[in-house]
Amino acid sequence: MNAILNWFAGIGVTTRGAIARLGFATRFLVAVVKASGTTFLRPRLLIRELYHAGVLSLVIVLMSGLFVGMVLALQGYETLVRFGATEAMGVLVALSLVRELGPVVAGLLFASRAGSAITAEIGLMKTTEQLAAMEVMAVNPIARVVAPRFWAGVISLPFLAALFSTLGIYGGYLVAVKLIGIDGGAFWGQMQAAVDWRYDVMNGVIKSIVFAFAVSLIAVFEGYDATPTAEGVSAATTRTVVTSALAILTIDFVLTVFMFRGSVNG
Amino acid sequence: MPTRIDKIPAMSSSPTPDGVARSENAGDGSPMIELSEVAFGYTKARQILSGVTLSVPKGKLVAVMGGSGCGKTTILRLLCGQHAATSGRVKVSGKNIDEMSRDELFSHRRRLGMLFQFGALFTDMTVFENVAFPIREHTDLPEPVLHDLVLMKLNAVGLRGAAHLKPSELSGGMARRVALARTIALDPELVLYDEPFAGLDPISLSIVGQLIRKLNDALGMTSILVTHDIMESLKIVDYIYFIADGKVVAHGDVESIRRSTDPFVKQFVNGEPDGPVRFHYPAKPLAEAFSGASA
Ligand SMILES: Nc1ncnc2c1ncn2[C@@H]1O[C@H](COP(=O)(O)OP(=O)(O)OP(=O)(O)O)[C@@H](O)[C@H]1O
Ligand SMILES: [Mg+2]
Repeated sequence: MNAILNWFAGIGVTTRGAIARLGFATRFLVAVVKASGTTFLRPRLLIRELYHAGVLSLVIVLMSGLFVGMVLALQGYETLVRFGATEAMGVLVALSLVRELGPVVAGLLFASRAGSAITAEIGLMKTTEQLAAMEVMAVNPIARVVAPRFWAGVISLPFLAALFSTLGIYGGYLVAVKLIGIDGGAFWGQMQAAVDWRYDVMNGVIKSIVFAFAVSLIAVFEGYDATPTAEGVSAATTRTVVTSALAILTIDFVLTVFMFRGSVNG
Repeated sequence: MPTRIDKIPAMSSSPTPDGVARSENAGDGSPMIELSEVAFGYTKARQILSGVTLSVPKGKLVAVMGGSGCGKTTILRLLCGQHAATSGRVKVSGKNIDEMSRDELFSHRRRLGMLFQFGALFTDMTVFENVAFPIREHTDLPEPVLHDLVLMKLNAVGLRGAAHLKPSELSGGMARRVALARTIALDPELVLYDEPFAGLDPISLSIVGQLIRKLNDALGMTSILVTHDIMESLKIVDYIYFIADGKVVAHGDVESIRRSTDPFVKQFVNGEPDGPVRFHYPAKPLAEAFSGASA
């Protein structure tokens, strides 16, 4: 009996903790946005972080995009050839990437490549009292350290997602046209005819922007909130990757329901 | 180049945030800092300070000493408003720090320099940029002036040649001295030094000691020095407070500390293992703890 009660109490405590953290993160977001003036008045702060978060993520994002596109084409061919619809290959590759895989996979990669680095860096600055030292020097660490990293993430990810999709489409083209021998004209022509700029591309971009806000907030929040010890920072880094992945996938589901339900209803 | 540096001393005291001339408010004996019956604990379960009362007059250099873990760093944290006292009053220039508005706290911190116990250097910046940081953030000095000012501060701690290094390339004692240079970069009115001598060789130690004294007198600073180095303190400070069990247990000027017969002070001054100062963190008796572990 007691064990069951304890179990329920445990659920209660965990839930309350999670909600409290969510509230805390929301207040943190407000504080970051309020302190963002410095970031845009002193572009050098932002540029440094754009380099770390964005430019250094380029290689992994571009490589992954290329390979995901190539695999999509290989797998897509398998299916399309059964229905004699191989000329729809371009549409399949482009829609999969632009609507889903671009934002989602780029988001996941960004969280593990740049998000974790941001968390670790801010967490270590906290552990070694660098944030406290700034505060005592009358410099707001949220404005000086957190906001530039947050905005760098928000700006980088949509571009990375777009590059991912672009390279993916190119990878699909390489496999479909150059390797399998589907007609290039059909590949590009069908794609241009079927992919809608507003409906498909813009919705994909919106997704990547929403993911960018989510992942960047999680990364800076986990770093700032980390327990100031070695284990604390390592746990926070792990949490950034896990929470970001869950956030991206659930948000993706919700956004997809709203954005593309027209095609479900027919 | 030398002519430029020669001009700096006049300049270095000019960027005080409020423009108050130092000589007027220095050394007139009114208290810069007053703690009365201050109690504080990081957790409810364990109180660290339980009624600390001390005062530091303007323009003086005061040492705060006590066993490891007695709450010296904690007192400094209360003084820069990182934590709020649970009871009692912490006053700086007559103003209660808990009642300060955001702006007041901000201006208090701009007039304050704090040397952190573990340096807290910014690891993503060079030594030069670390020292330049507070100057860049709070003044609009032109780059050449800033450059000379930073080199002058580094020169004072003997590390002008290390300006281009990253904190990871410094030894412990060098990092301490860079942190010291950063602390005094803006010539603060009130300086809190948390163990400035830790990790320094005897020569650097005495140079840094002299520097702290000189800064205090030449720029009319008020300084609090937290240290374990009783011998160096006796040479340079005006007054000493001893903390134990969350309270001030002894205080006095250098002469009276030297002559003191108080068992606590004697133990501390002579570094005796036996006496009122506990070496051990509160714990179960040793026998109990050991039998507990083997059971
Ligand atoms: N952030 C913290 N959270 C919880 N407890 C803390 C924290 N910082 C310090 N303490 C506790 O407060 C007590 C006083 O710590 P403090 O750092 O002020 O000691 P100290 O006098 O500066 O010691 P030392 O001479 O070793 O630096 C210690 O016993 C420590 O356990
Ligand atoms: Mg300490």
